[in-house]
Amino acid sequence: MSQGQTGAEQRLVTPGMAVGPSAGKRAGSGIIAANESFIATQLGWLKENNNTISVDPIHAAYMPRSGDLIVGVVAEVRNNLWFMDINGSFQGLLPMSLAPWKVEFGAARQHMDIGDVVLARVQEVDECHNVVLTMKGVGLRRLKQGAVDMLPVQHIDRVRGANNERLQRLRDASDCRIMVGENGRVWIDGTPDAIKHARDAVHAIARSAHRTDIDTILNELETKMKGDA
Amino acid sequence: MGGYGDVQLLRDDGRRLDGRKLDEMRPVSIEAGVLPAADGSAMVTHGLNVAVAAVYGPMEAHPRKIQRQDRAVIDVRYNMAPFSTSDRIRPGFNRRSREISKVTADALESVVLVERYPRSKIRVEIEILAAEAGTRCVGITAAAVALADAGIPMRDLIVGVASGKVEDTVVLDLDKAEDNYGQADLPVGILPNTGEIAFLQMDGDLSPDEFELAMEYNFKAAKEIHEIMVDALRRRYEGGEA
Repeated sequence: MSQGQTGAEQRLVTPGMAVGPSAGKRAGSGIIAANESFIATQLGWLKENNNTISVDPIHAAYMPRSGDLIVGVVAEVRNNLWFMDINGSFQGLLPMSLAPWKVEFGAARQHMDIGDVVLARVQEVDECHNVVLTMKGVGLRRLKQGAVDMLPVQHIDRVRGANNERLQRLRDASDCRIMVGENGRVWIDGTPDAIKHARDAVHAIARSAHRTDIDTILNELETKMKGDA
Repeated sequence: MGGYGDVQLLRDDGRRLDGRKLDEMRPVSIEAGVLPAADGSAMVTHGLNVAVAAVYGPMEAHPRKIQRQDRAVIDVRYNMAPFSTSDRIRPGFNRRSREISKVTADALESVVLVERYPRSKIRVEIEILAAEAGTRCVGITAAAVALADAGIPMRDLIVGVASGKVEDTVVLDLDKAEDNYGQADLPVGILPNTGEIAFLQMDGDLSPDEFELAMEYNFKAAKEIHEIMVDALRRRYEGGEA
């Protein structure tokens, strides 16, 4: 989404706005081609990367894709499966065969109940938006401590930075364990003060998602965190 | 409409009762993002009309019988507040609000890229806080800005605008007296960038020439309102925090 943006001044586009001729270029997300020109379909910042024109949306709903790491909340429990709120249009389904435990039929609630938070991965999404989750994999587990916060889905790449560099700096500076789910949920675990600082930093970065001075803001927050330590 | 032909609606100097020219709109102002709890929202003031629109979703469509396997459904609820007119309106759905909800949903479905969200529902709530003729058009304009504010992909920003006929003269953007005592009303939903018409209704009679002129007025007004819509979205995000 936001990765790969340069410091050049960005242009805000609205749905229906012509953003230039389509010749020799490809339409990315948020763009459709009509009458040999590109039309923006979403409100957002126009960007061009590798000859592809796309819109970095200001608001976007989470659209699950296979392989996404997500932070889910148990919304419903049945005899042999859990329904997870994954911050998307549809709930995700976690069958007991893809849970990390051996679960007896009818005993699903003993392992996870409504409101429990899990780190899971999207196993499969079909064309009708049925989402199947898995908790079989390294690091996928029930999250029993820490805090869960929400970010706009379109801003999570800003928090992570290229190759998770920015996220790693946040982890180091705050001395917290931080997991950023593709669905806009962030799990932060550490001391109460450290969690507070980390949450402030994450939100400050998300708020300034379309600016170019994110690293300056991050440096200031790092200094503040170190000062409190 | 057209039942009170003896009411004078045009002044001797050719202007309308409120001093507007024949092809002059009432003042329009739009603000995007007025409701923090909604995914997208907008407030449109058009003359004495005030409409607030809120958009929620896309979300799973419930009940499941309304789901479409290949696209989203747009669920519009148009409602006039009891205090929006001089006579109190009985709260809740009535025949008129059901009709306007339906035509608004149809108009919005033709601009929203509904095929991106199968089995989903996009909920659009339009609340008319103050009414002075042309509320369905104001509602459509507010809904379009709210949909854009919510990040819903659309082919264009649809604009609701109306013209009509009073004293055998075509006029743009009818006010309350012109709507009540005029001879015709022609509300349309226009896609300004492509010039397409997403919705059109006509109450009363217009000759082909009058219809042409009314549509010319509508297209001219749609361009003006579209600029105000884009400006509202720009003001919300450009230079501010997104």
